[in-house]
Amino acid sequence: MARTAEDTRGDAESAAPPQPPPPPGRGTRRKPRGDRERAAGYAFLTPWILGFLGLTLGPMAASLYLSFTDYNLFTAPSWVGLDNYRRLFADDQWLQSIRVTGAYVVLAVPLKLALALAVAMLLAAPHRGQGFYRSAFYAPSLLGASVSVALVWRALFSDDAVVDRLLRAVGVETGGWVGNPDFALLLLVLLAVWQFGAPMVIFLAGLKQVPRQYYEAAEVDGAGWWRRFQTITLPMISPVLFFNLLLETVNSFQVFTASFVISGGSGGPAGSTLIYTLYLYQQGFTHYQMGYASAMAWMLILGAGLVVVALFRMSRTMVFYSGDEGR
Amino acid sequence: MRTSAATRPRRVLWHVLALALLGLVMYPLVWVAGAAVTPTHEIVGNTRLVPAQPVLDNFARALEGMAGIPVWRFLANSLLLAVLTVTGIVASSALAAYAFARLRFRGRNTMFVLMIGTLLMPFHAVIIPQYIIFQQLGLVDTYVPLVLGKFLATEAFFVFLMVQFMRQLPRELDQAARIDGCGYWGIFWHVIAPLSRPAFGTAAIFAFIWSWNDLFAPLIYLNTPEKFPIPLALRMYADQTSTSDFGAMIAMSVIALVPVVLFFLAFQRLLVQGMATSGLKG
Repeated sequence: MARTAEDTRGDAESAAPPQPPPPPGRGTRRKPRGDRERAAGYAFLTPWILGFLGLTLGPMAASLYLSFTDYNLFTAPSWVGLDNYRRLFADDQWLQSIRVTGAYVVLAVPLKLALALAVAMLLAAPHRGQGFYRSAFYAPSLLGASVSVALVWRALFSDDAVVDRLLRAVGVETGGWVGNPDFALLLLVLLAVWQFGAPMVIFLAGLKQVPRQYYEAAEVDGAGWWRRFQTITLPMISPVLFFNLLLETVNSFQVFTASFVISGGSGGPAGSTLIYTLYLYQQGFTHYQMGYASAMAWMLILGAGLVVVALFRMSRTMVFYSGDEGR
Repeated sequence: MRTSAATRPRRVLWHVLALALLGLVMYPLVWVAGAAVTPTHEIVGNTRLVPAQPVLDNFARALEGMAGIPVWRFLANSLLLAVLTVTGIVASSALAAYAFARLRFRGRNTMFVLMIGTLLMPFHAVIIPQYIIFQQLGLVDTYVPLVLGKFLATEAFFVFLMVQFMRQLPRELDQAARIDGCGYWGIFWHVIAPLSRPAFGTAAIFAFIWSWNDLFAPLIYLNTPEKFPIPLALRMYADQTSTSDFGAMIAMSVIALVPVVLFFLAFQRLLVQGMATSGLKG
């Protein structure tokens, strides 16, 4: 995403200078090229514009309105002002869902990215079987979001099931996973970490672009492994790191299937897996509290938006763009 | 490890590490494959990967499906949804991407930023009003809410992926086509679209797999079991049978995974490359 921001900025600059006046028309019937290009642009974008207005912007505006109403889908919405928002902050379950989501994001994203980077660095050095490992490690990223894998996870981590027995064999006693409020969320985190392949592939692509001479020069200077990682690898891949961080953070706000399937839709035990989207689903689609759920949706937009802005802020000081990367 | 001649012990260590990780990552998948052919009462807590006496009756019971609807029906529903999704996403994203990547017009950059904004925005934020709209239109319990957005390029990831790809195609191609008398549609159809086939292919495979796995939208919009795609059916099945017929549930999970695994095996190179380029320019 770092690159995207760059790109758009670049485009804004290149598009900003006033366009040269259209060449004198060769044929009177033909419109000047700028006009035709504009018409073509809007024509090609028509589906996207319709979708954006009808399925994104319109609904967002509608949910802003609904968030100030009481609406159960069957009787007309009635205006209640800020009641829904007031209720939210007094709703223990909502506060719980924020704690759960926060803990999930804070645990899952760094662990997943750390593993992804470590494995990418392992695979970056040329070895036999490299391509095979890369594909094999990537596979869980495609399977992990499915109901099947969530069910498998539930089966593996059930009380007295496979993981329990394997851990007990090495002397670790957790007191269960699926049914244990202290460990149930960790189960979801592990499922996320298992899908480290997608960011790993992106890291690998980034690592390939680091010039080898840098490492050779550093080695001549006697820089050790950690020092090379800190001063060459990390700055050079920081745009990719930022991209992964942004994408994984945004994605982990949207996890639903795993907690829904593993907790049987309840978010239990004891609310320990009540991820934000699950609570939103419960309010909207099992209790039909559409107004209340809309307020929740807007708090999600605000929360996720703040996190994204914070990440972009952070990237200004943390992300290093080497000069030859720009176009 | 950076030096060109990696020493032998290091090479061995590399393979040991990679294999250990491979074992860990693949364990759940190998376990479920084994569990699917293990008799029901032996599955829970079974740590051996290959059953002593493989049986197929879990699959036989799973294929019977639920509520008198055979599994084939759910698979066919999933396939129909996936085909519609892939068609819609590739067509609409290609059009939008061409405009973003190759044309200049007022408002393009603003719209591009908005498009990226929707990429970062949680999907669940608009689900309530979307549901209300489709409910008012009488379209709940149809496939329209599940695929309409796909035809309107609302999945920004795919637009973004194609923009990245189209941007790196040489500009001279457009000019040459224009000299040959092509309009913008002609340039798109005869030049850009054929050259963008790798990007379309990657998008199609991702779109297929995501559609195949999706639970949230079908869960919200569909009520009639005959219309359920496989993830929703599987979830219902798990709720009904998790205590009584664990083996059939595991077998049905495997059945649901098979198409994704096949797609992955067939297209892994394209998928890995597509994922890699999504993070990098061109």
